[in-house]
Amino acid sequence: MPTFPFSAIVGQDELRLALQIAAVDQGVGGVLALGDRGTGKSTAVRALAALLPKMRVVVGCRFGCDPADPRALCWECAARIAGGGALKAQQTTVPVIDLPLGATEDRVVGALDLERALAHGERAYEPGLLARANRGFLYIDEVNLLEDHLVDLLLDVAASGENVVEREGLSVRHPARFVLVGSGNPEEGELRPQLLDRFGLSVEVRTPTELAVRIEVVRRRDAYDRDPAGFCEAWRREDDKLRRRIATARTRLASVAVADSVLERAARLCIALGTDGLRGELTLVRASRALAALEGEDTVGDAQMRALAAPSLRHRLRRNPLDETGSTARVERAVAEVLGG
Amino acid sequence: MSDTASGDPISDANAALAILAVDPSLGCVLRAWPGPFRDRWLGLLASAFPPGAVRRVPATVGESRLLGGLDLAATLKAGRPVAERGLLAEADGGVLVIASAERMPPTIAAQLSTVLDTGVRVLERDGFADVAPARIGVVALDESEGDEAMPAPLAERLALRVWIAGMPLREAERLTLDAAAVEAARTRVAEVRVPEPILSALAEAAAALGIASLRPPVAAVRAARAAAALAGRDAAAAEDAAIAARLVLAPVATVLPAPPDAEESPPPPPEEQSETPPERESTKLDEAEIVLAAAAAAIPPGLLAALAAGATMRMRSEGRAGAKKLGTRRGRPAGVLAGDPVRGARLSVIDTLRAAAPWQRLRMRATPSAGRVQVRRDDFRIRRFAERTRSLTIFAVDASGSTALARLAETKGAVELLLAESYVRRDQVALIAFRGTEASVLLPPTGALARARRALAQLPGGGATPLAAAIDTAALLADASQKRGLAPSVVLLTDGKANVARDGSMDRAKAEADALAAAQSARGLRALLIDTSPRPQQSGRRLAEAMAATYLPLPAADASALSRAVKAAK
Repeated sequence: MPTFPFSAIVGQDELRLALQIAAVDQGVGGVLALGDRGTGKSTAVRALAALLPKMRVVVGCRFGCDPADPRALCWECAARIAGGGALKAQQTTVPVIDLPLGATEDRVVGALDLERALAHGERAYEPGLLARANRGFLYIDEVNLLEDHLVDLLLDVAASGENVVEREGLSVRHPARFVLVGSGNPEEGELRPQLLDRFGLSVEVRTPTELAVRIEVVRRRDAYDRDPAGFCEAWRREDDKLRRRIATARTRLASVAVADSVLERAARLCIALGTDGLRGELTLVRASRALAALEGEDTVGDAQMRALAAPSLRHRLRRNPLDETGSTARVERAVAEVLGG
Repeated sequence: MSDTASGDPISDANAALAILAVDPSLGCVLRAWPGPFRDRWLGLLASAFPPGAVRRVPATVGESRLLGGLDLAATLKAGRPVAERGLLAEADGGVLVIASAERMPPTIAAQLSTVLDTGVRVLERDGFADVAPARIGVVALDESEGDEAMPAPLAERLALRVWIAGMPLREAERLTLDAAAVEAARTRVAEVRVPEPILSALAEAAAALGIASLRPPVAAVRAARAAAALAGRDAAAAEDAAIAARLVLAPVATVLPAPPDAEESPPPPPEEQSETPPERESTKLDEAEIVLAAAAAAIPPGLLAALAAGATMRMRSEGRAGAKKLGTRRGRPAGVLAGDPVRGARLSVIDTLRAAAPWQRLRMRATPSAGRVQVRRDDFRIRRFAERTRSLTIFAVDASGSTALARLAETKGAVELLLAESYVRRDQVALIAFRGTEASVLLPPTGALARARRALAQLPGGGATPLAAAIDTAALLADASQKRGLAPSVVLLTDGKANVARDGSMDRAKAEADALAAAQSARGLRALLIDTSPRPQQSGRRLAEAMAATYLPLPAADASALSRAVKAAK
């Protein structure tokens, strides 16, 4: 069954914006979508895969190495170059890997290849999900229910961009740079504060209250359920347009100027809110730049910062960890103060 | 309940049965006790599928059985890893019947939910990575009692609700399924149209019933399509939508729809770019009314009573789900280590095999006769579980008039401080408030502290002080949570001036005696009493002594003293 097309999603503007920004600049650092059940959080994330422009990978590389980036090669590709060989490249789709809740640690980080070990007595490494997610997206639905030991593991890898495996006599490290995307319903349990901070953007998803919007959601879902292929065909042009827009934004990204005054305003905003560390303003500036690139602007302005202040900062207000609803309001107030109402 | 408001549960059960047989992916929650009634319903369902397609699964099914993983017997026999496909992949195209669904652990329910959403089972376990189609229907058998509830994410994805609990046995024969009609409807269902007015009527009815999630209206449309196919229609009619509303929307309603009022203007028509010509507007409203009336008539009696009492069902049911889930989180897996599987330690087969694998050639050479895979004792790897019992802090807050409003604000401030502490430790909290004649559990044990804070902020003050009831309620809650594997402690915030006795009478002397008696019987609990009276009183100290609780007067209770005291009480 084809996945529900991204452009056919009704409403959820903030979530769709955040995902597009993550697609334009993976360095923004992941998206967390928390909110009510039955609002299409995971539908939006799974639809993202179809929007991502293709990427170049080394043929036969198990970690999806980028032939153009010699610093981030896995040991196998590095050995090939050292041996005087050349890396052949091919186009492939960007991986969007689901981390299912029941995944075991060995499948996440990779483990000893049992078949080769039993049959040939060889000590070989079999890559796991983190290897497959390299340079792509790692999606965890119900992220707040993930086992703690897996969360710890992901935190390490997400921070370092490298997966270090020390088990069963194996000693392996390989690149694992991925965009972490999580979704969940906060009523079912809290997310660990450390994990919260790993997400660049945090989005609050609410169920739409306008009747017209709700009817439209039901109508489109019905059309999709009846004829998935036909429905996707009907929305293909919209999706194509969006994919081209993201591809264009990616190439433009480096040329979007960020004035010093923008950096200063971002810093003032974060000081006014008392966010921990520098991650908040870095994310805000990077995300604003990606949005400017998407919108075809040459410079980052207040409009982009205004749109992204809440998703970049609301989960970094540490003063009161319980006040989730209030944090959006606090960000908005600070935005009005610093950027003007 | 009046006769008009209670439909015939048997005909509803029959309708749900037929609709489920036509479109099993809708899913169903069957609320019924084990017995001939339930067996007959399930038997009829099974008769509509090929043999073996409807299979039973215990709620406590292991992850490896459900998702698949290493097949130990086959692996040892073959000398190479052999995968087990797992129930979900095996059941593709069929129906899984989950017994005692209220006991399903949340992580299993979450995996099942993902499979219901995507129609595929993704396996990432024990060294296997595999994707298999798993288009399944799920029937959850709900036998919950009291404050149990099946995991909310799963319940949300099961559209049809059938209640046949407590029906007289002779009625069982009225449960029927027309196999020929089902067969005909299955071939027709994909072609059935759901006209625009029907579709929006269902969406409107869902909104009017206070159903926030969009899954129920989407599922109702599909149920209406199946109902139309069963009735032999090419397009869903108002009757089909009415059935869908009864079976899908009414059971999850959170508010009673406002009665239709001729004086008032009708609900504003949706201002979307509708292609419906204006003259059809009136029929559309009619359909909306039919659907809503059908749904309203089918709202279960218990819900009606709860709504009348002003309780918000939504919040309560979610609270129950949260409490249950976290109660089952005893002992999370925390890696593996070398060691013997003795004293209940669980052998991790895959890790043991991995440890043994590199030595196979050597061992084969040494003892060629000893079978295909040679596992020695020092290969054994056992699974480690971090047996971390979750602690639960039960706050019982005195919101009576004698705790002046200013003090109540301070009390709330103190509780908020303690909540922040709990957040850092990832503890659970529960909130009991007492005023007037009774103590009520505002928030059942939950890890969602934002909700605790909200409940606290909305706590009104004023009225008498039913201290005995408060202590009893806290003790009861502590007992129940202990049974679920939580480690409870009680923080009682009161000025100690009891003036409502256990029987509800406003007799101060009796009230104080009852409070002391309640405190005596709660002696086994870890407790902290924070005296919120402006000047520390004897009554508070006496109560603390009776409970064997730590005593702390609020004036002395700044943030750090509070947090120290709570830690000491643990």
